Amino acid sequence: MLVAKIFVCLKPNVLDPQGKAVCNSLQQLGYTNVIEARVSKYIELTFDSDNEESTWKETDKICQELLANPNTEHYWFTLENKEESQS
Amino acid sequence: MRVSVITFPGSNCDHDAQEAFAYYGHKSRLIWHKDRDLQNPDLVVLPGGFSYGDYLRCGALARFSPIVEEVMAFAKKGGLILGICNGFQILTECGLLPGTLLRNIGLDFICQHQYIRVEDNNTAFTHQIPEGTVMDIPIAHKEGNYFCSDEILKELQDNHQIVFRYCDKQGNINAEYNPNGSRENIAGICNRTRNILGMMPHPERAATPYVTSNDGGKIFAALEEYFNLN
Repeated sequence: MLVAKIFVCLKPNVLDPQGKAVCNSLQQLGYTNVIEARVSKYIELTFDSDNEESTWKETDKICQELLANPNTEHYWFTLENKEESQS
Repeated sequence: MRVSVITFPGSNCDHDAQEAFAYYGHKSRLIWHKDRDLQNPDLVVLPGGFSYGDYLRCGALARFSPIVEEVMAFAKKGGLILGICNGFQILTECGLLPGTLLRNIGLDFICQHQYIRVEDNNTAFTHQIPEGTVMDIPIAHKEGNYFCSDEILKELQDNHQIVFRYCDKQGNINAEYNPNGSRENIAGICNRTRNILGMMPHPERAATPYVTSNDGGKIFAALEEYFNLN
C-alpha cells in the first residue's frame, strides 16, 4: 500500500488571515523572531496499490480535481510505503 | 416564475428562499441534492448554509452532488441561476463564476445588516433597479472575502460583471465599508453571459414586511419584471 502525504497551501500572493492571527499570537507570546506564519492543510490518502507511477499520477489528478483550488492554492506531495510511513 | 431551490446536506437558507419567492407569488419548490430532475424551472436558487459542513473548502464538495450536473446543464442553456452566500461559494467551486471566497480578513463570522450598491442593472436580477441604488441586505458568513487575480478582476470590470459592492448608507465605497476584505468591495458578480449571479448578502432575509429591511425584495421584483418581459 502507498500513502500520499499532501500539503495544500495558499499561494504566496493570497492573504492568509489565519496565518496572520497565528503570527500575532506568537509575537504576543514573546516569539518576536517570527515575522510570518502561513497555515496550510495536510491530507493523507492511502492507496490499495504499490505502483508508484500510477499512484503519483492519480494523486496529482485528485489534487487538481478536488483537494486544491487552483485559483488560490498550490500543492505538493510525497509517496511512501504504508509500513515506512507508520515507522 | 417557477423557482427550484436546491437543498444540500447542510443548507439552512433553503426554506427561507423558498418562502421569500412564494411570498412574491412564484411557484417555488425545494429539490433534494440527490435528485436529477430540476423540475423545469425558470430560475434555480443555490441557497445559503454550510453544504457538507464546509469541509475541505466551502462549496467544494457540493459540486459533486448529482443535481449539480443538471444545474451545470441548465447554466449552459442560459438558465437563470442565483447563488446566495454558500450558493455563491458553490458557483465559484463549479467554475460557473470566476474567483474564490476566502476567509474573512478579520477571521470572524460576520452577521449584520449591510449596505450594498447596485453597480450594474443589465442582469435579470437587477433589471430596472437604478444603478447606484443602495440596498440594506444582511450578510452572514465567515468565508465571504472575494478574491481573484488581477487579470480576472480586469475582465470583471471590462465586462461589467460586478453587480453589487459593499458601501455605506450613502453609497460611498471604500475600505472602511468593506466588511470582509473582498477585492474592490465586491459583494456579488455575474458571469459573462449574465444569467448567473452569485452574491454573499441574503436577499431572502430582507424580502418581507416582517423584517427590518425589504430591500432584498427589489431583486425578487426585478426577476419578476424581467421574466414577464421575456
